[in-house]
Amino acid sequence: MSDTSAAAHHHTAPTSFIRKYIFSLDHKVIGIQYYFLAIFSVLIGMVLSWLVRIHLVWPQLHIWGLEKLSPAGAPGGVMTPEYYLSLLTLHGTLMVFFVLTTAPQAGFGNYALPIQIGAEDMAFPWLNMLSFWTTFVGLCCLVATLFVKDGPPISGWTAYPPLSAVGSDAGPGQGMGQNLWAVSIAIFCVGSLLGALNFIVTTVDLRAKGMSLMRMPLTCWAWLITAILSLLSFAVLFAACILLFLDRNAGTSFFLPAGLLVNEKLQPHSGGSPLLWQHLFWFFGHPEVYIAIVPGFGVISHILSTFSRKPVLGYKVIVACLLGIGFLSFMVWGHHMFLSGMSPYSGFLFSIPTLIITIPATIVSLLWLGTIFGGKLRFTTSMMFALGFISVFVTGGLGGMFLAQPSLDIFLHGTYFVVGHFHMVMGVAAIFGMFAGTYYWFPKMFGRMMNETMGKIHFWFTFVGVYCIFMPMHFIGLEGNPRRYSQFVNAFIQPLMPVHKFMTIAALSTGIIQFLFFFNLFWSIFKGPKAPNNPWESTSLEWTVPSPPPFDNFAGVHPVVNHGAYEYGEENDGKDYVMQTDPPTRAVTG
Amino acid sequence: MGRTFAVILTLITVITVAVFVSHHWWFPEVASAHGVGMNDQFVETFIGAGIGFVLAQLALAVFAWRFGEKKGDSRKVRVFPGGAKGLVIFAFVYVGLEILGLAFVGQKVWADMYFTPPPSDATKVQVLAGQFAFYFRYPGPDGKFGPIHVDKIDEGTQNFFGIDTSEEGSKDDIVTAEVAVPVNRPVVLFLDSKDMDHGFYVRELRVQQDMVPGMEIPLHFTPTKVGRYDIACNQLCGLGHYNMRAFINVMSEPDYKTWLTQQAALQ
Repeated sequence: MSDTSAAAHHHTAPTSFIRKYIFSLDHKVIGIQYYFLAIFSVLIGMVLSWLVRIHLVWPQLHIWGLEKLSPAGAPGGVMTPEYYLSLLTLHGTLMVFFVLTTAPQAGFGNYALPIQIGAEDMAFPWLNMLSFWTTFVGLCCLVATLFVKDGPPISGWTAYPPLSAVGSDAGPGQGMGQNLWAVSIAIFCVGSLLGALNFIVTTVDLRAKGMSLMRMPLTCWAWLITAILSLLSFAVLFAACILLFLDRNAGTSFFLPAGLLVNEKLQPHSGGSPLLWQHLFWFFGHPEVYIAIVPGFGVISHILSTFSRKPVLGYKVIVACLLGIGFLSFMVWGHHMFLSGMSPYSGFLFSIPTLIITIPATIVSLLWLGTIFGGKLRFTTSMMFALGFISVFVTGGLGGMFLAQPSLDIFLHGTYFVVGHFHMVMGVAAIFGMFAGTYYWFPKMFGRMMNETMGKIHFWFTFVGVYCIFMPMHFIGLEGNPRRYSQFVNAFIQPLMPVHKFMTIAALSTGIIQFLFFFNLFWSIFKGPKAPNNPWESTSLEWTVPSPPPFDNFAGVHPVVNHGAYEYGEENDGKDYVMQTDPPTRAVTG
Repeated sequence: MGRTFAVILTLITVITVAVFVSHHWWFPEVASAHGVGMNDQFVETFIGAGIGFVLAQLALAVFAWRFGEKKGDSRKVRVFPGGAKGLVIFAFVYVGLEILGLAFVGQKVWADMYFTPPPSDATKVQVLAGQFAFYFRYPGPDGKFGPIHVDKIDEGTQNFFGIDTSEEGSKDDIVTAEVAVPVNRPVVLFLDSKDMDHGFYVRELRVQQDMVPGMEIPLHFTPTKVGRYDIACNQLCGLGHYNMRAFINVMSEPDYKTWLTQQAALQ
């Protein structure tokens, strides 16, 4: 607990448009800015996924407008195999960094964390503004790769050297495109580091009176733990990107060994190791998976409890599991490298914490099931996505049981099984967390309600759609279908082409239904019915203030917290929940 | 709403399990000694993960079906029997046993391949990857590979390994575009790359290993079935990655000897 009056920031509300909506210091505006940055990125990322899926099954299809974007990448509107790799790289990079890392943490976290702990703003509003605009510059650098001569890099979102490090000898996109990529990600790392610092200090220092750590909503725990993961892992990726940039442009050889003969040219490098990049990248890359999904854990726990009208089952256990997952996430990076040439003894050692991490993940999933058991479930769209989250997270997570074993990875590594697994567990689950969060917090963020009918239609098609896209990837993975192939020329893949066509059609249709979500989002901002303060009968602090909240969240009043975050239960005065700020005498029996 | 969810989720679960059980899309037939153990481990993992999958999805479906709030619902909410404790114990026991089984008992395949050196009588082949082809080299009668000179690699003269034939050890080396190995005899491949990270992946033989420039990585196995199998590059290596492939021929001992003699004559 901390003394809020000492740490609070008494800044006055800005009046100019620019300071209010663009260079704003207000965490709520910054949260919404991050959210829309992610919406923009996810839209581009999704269209890119359509293009790569189309290319795989109809490689000769003329795609309208693509030639204008890249005359070399799509002569006559028909995508070349290398442009496929460019767009694939851009899809992965956009989705992992600018969607999965921004919206769940920086978007919702920025918006809701200060209000949920009873603070007026983040600890460092200036730093907060800076982190958003830094991220924005990073995004611009990445999108710019589409418009440089050779297009985006072709080395995938993991950018393994030597492909990523030797320059344009390695292929199209490996010149300016890869430089921009490295700069973009380095800048993104800076933004994430600033944001992480802010989250940690805010949570530790700015909690309102009575808001002990164990009274915080699980969302706040999740954001705090994610911030710690970001702080430790993005620092390493930042260094790695700098080294990659130096290898490419300054003649260093961190990742390049001697005797490389690329495009019949002997490269002027010696003494480095491609494995060093893989270690640095995955030291970031595995915690990154949890950076994407842990905020979802928090949001889903919060939403399940709210709409089950029950306290979260095992609050302390969930906190312990999140801490355990965060800790273990730094010990498992080598499972991406079982076959990389790393010592096979390391491979064996890395597989053990990888399997152990399934224990806290299983416990959390079981506690969610236990939370909805015996509840009075209210099937709002937000709740539907929360239930869907459990389903896809379990499905995707179980694929991890296979990949965690080095001896099975020998067969499955680099196949569509891996693609299906990580899309399900990290992509779809995290995006379901975002959808659940959007439908839940939208009334608070914009002061209006979203349309529930459109929301439900969106949910049903998306839920069935993601299974149609990603489950078959597991099936063809068992056949050993390699990923990152821009065309399928091997005879053994030909019988799998109908499955590829099915997945492409599923991806296109599931994508189209997302436009209903975008429509609902923008339509509701302007035309949705006015939202009351607490439409969902939730208990946390953001629901005690008007929708949307005033500039300093609590209109100058310092909230005092008397209750835990999940006091739902038997009604004693017409209400089956106790707000965190209700007097200490009020109680429900749950 | 909850009931629709329950029905759809149950359908998804049943269809998924049915497809896996039908083996319609399934692993190609094993053609190596260690692959048999790997298949067993796959089956064990499928059973463990499958039980977890079905139980979790069906529990979710049943709860969504049963516990929806109705209009004027005066029902009291119920705590999960046994609370969090029971679930934590269940997770530790179920997943813990699974991990013990998989991580410790099931690591035999990995250990056999990587913790043991290849037998001394194994057929030796060097594999060099480059954008976007694999090249193979046999040491010849002297049993030694001559050194690779990067500056001498020249596709025009087909000197793919940069061999200096005047050197001891290089004279009798046999360079080939496809690789052949005798059946039921151990093989050790020495994997190397001249430019990018590449991957050496043969589904039927259940082998996969990255090929990393600057490292020579040995990979040993014993093929058990005569056949011609795809070698696919499985590490993104550039624009022609999808088309980087070769074949490995597993032959009977006499066929292999004849083939190697023919290849030696072509050098």
